[in-house]
Amino acid sequence: MPQETAQVNKSIFTPFNVIAGMIIFCGLIITVLRFTGGLGAVTNLDDNNPWGIWIGFDLLCGVALAAGGYVTSASCYIFGLKRFHSAVRPAILTAFLGYALVVMALHYDVGRPWRLPYPIFLSPGTTSLLFEVGLCVFLYLTVLFIEFSPAALEWLGLKKIRNLVVRLTLVLTIFGVILSTLHQSSLGALYMIAPSKLHPLWYSGYLPVFFFVSSVFAGLSMVIFEGSLAHRHLHHKMDETHLEESAGVALGFGKAAAFVMMGYVGVKFIGIAMDNNWHYLATGWGLWFLLELIGFVVVPAFMYAIAARDRNLRLVRWASILAVLGVVLNRLNISVVAFNWHLPSADRYFPSWMEIAISLFIVTIGVVVYRFVTTRMPIFYEHPDYEH
Amino acid sequence: MDALFYTLHDFLLHSKSITYMMMGAVLIGLLLFWLFLSGRDEKKRTF
Repeated sequence: MPQETAQVNKSIFTPFNVIAGMIIFCGLIITVLRFTGGLGAVTNLDDNNPWGIWIGFDLLCGVALAAGGYVTSASCYIFGLKRFHSAVRPAILTAFLGYALVVMALHYDVGRPWRLPYPIFLSPGTTSLLFEVGLCVFLYLTVLFIEFSPAALEWLGLKKIRNLVVRLTLVLTIFGVILSTLHQSSLGALYMIAPSKLHPLWYSGYLPVFFFVSSVFAGLSMVIFEGSLAHRHLHHKMDETHLEESAGVALGFGKAAAFVMMGYVGVKFIGIAMDNNWHYLATGWGLWFLLELIGFVVVPAFMYAIAARDRNLRLVRWASILAVLGVVLNRLNISVVAFNWHLPSADRYFPSWMEIAISLFIVTIGVVVYRFVTTRMPIFYEHPDYEH
Repeated sequence: MDALFYTLHDFLLHSKSITYMMMGAVLIGLLLFWLFLSGRDEKKRTF
């Protein structure tokens, strides 16, 4: 890319670098505190609330928002929608970083992180949902690494291995869809163990279905959102094909997301009907539930629909922000806000500032690595040696 | 929605009846939403 040379003489003290550097510095200090003083030194977790935002945000939101990888590759390679091909690499990169950071965040949250490989290699608890989640995340992270590797191999000039890996694309995509279906739903199923702790409006026998369906539109929305950010800040890294296809990707994904979101709303209400929880809707919790469902699912679904009809790119991008926030709100409601809802406020969990700082630290690392990769490797453009 | 349920059968009859009606409504609603969503699409698609 000729533009690369123009960036050489730039100062490294850009606003982005300074802010990211400060967050990473703070994160490293808290990391030392966490691994020397234990969970109690940096978190507000206790026996009532053993899972905080490191699970609710870093893990649940991280996995849901990384669903763009399997959704995009499935649409392109399985459903044959080749007009979305230029979105595959950015989506796979986001998914790979998302899952890698989920595993990194898990090291902070698990009491003895050096035992993370135990369930896979030493003592598999095959009847446990957590085992299923762990195995799927472990396998899917490996799949995503292999799916992402052609970009890195092209950058490194390793043609033979790159051509070998590219031949595996379809198999990896199928494997990725299967693994994602399994663990996206299992993450919801984890909360089915706590019917007495989770508020009835969020608790349902359909939790696995809710989590899986919402992951589909979370992934689609994240691809649109990430694409709009990339267009603003990494426009110079995109080739003609990527620029030409980007509007079609945003509008096509917006249309798909709108339909899936309305289906999700339908299933959510069916969940309420099955448990006969209608009376909770008239309470404060009900209003919060309706705000989540109408404000952050129905509204963006209609925004997507109108944007797809009018071919309005601006609206589709705003809708994607709202939809991504909606998925984050849903995961936080299930794992933190509506969890232990009946406890007195003194016993409720609120994250410490250090927990929030670590979450911010992990997101910042993701953004920095994403920027590093996209400015060097052929993510938004086809490598001249491999164009077809 | 303050129906009294004396047996599990009562409860399931009530909740499943509503659910079945809702499923029909959702299916019709989704069809209408799809028509709204694709109302301005070009007629010939390649997929």
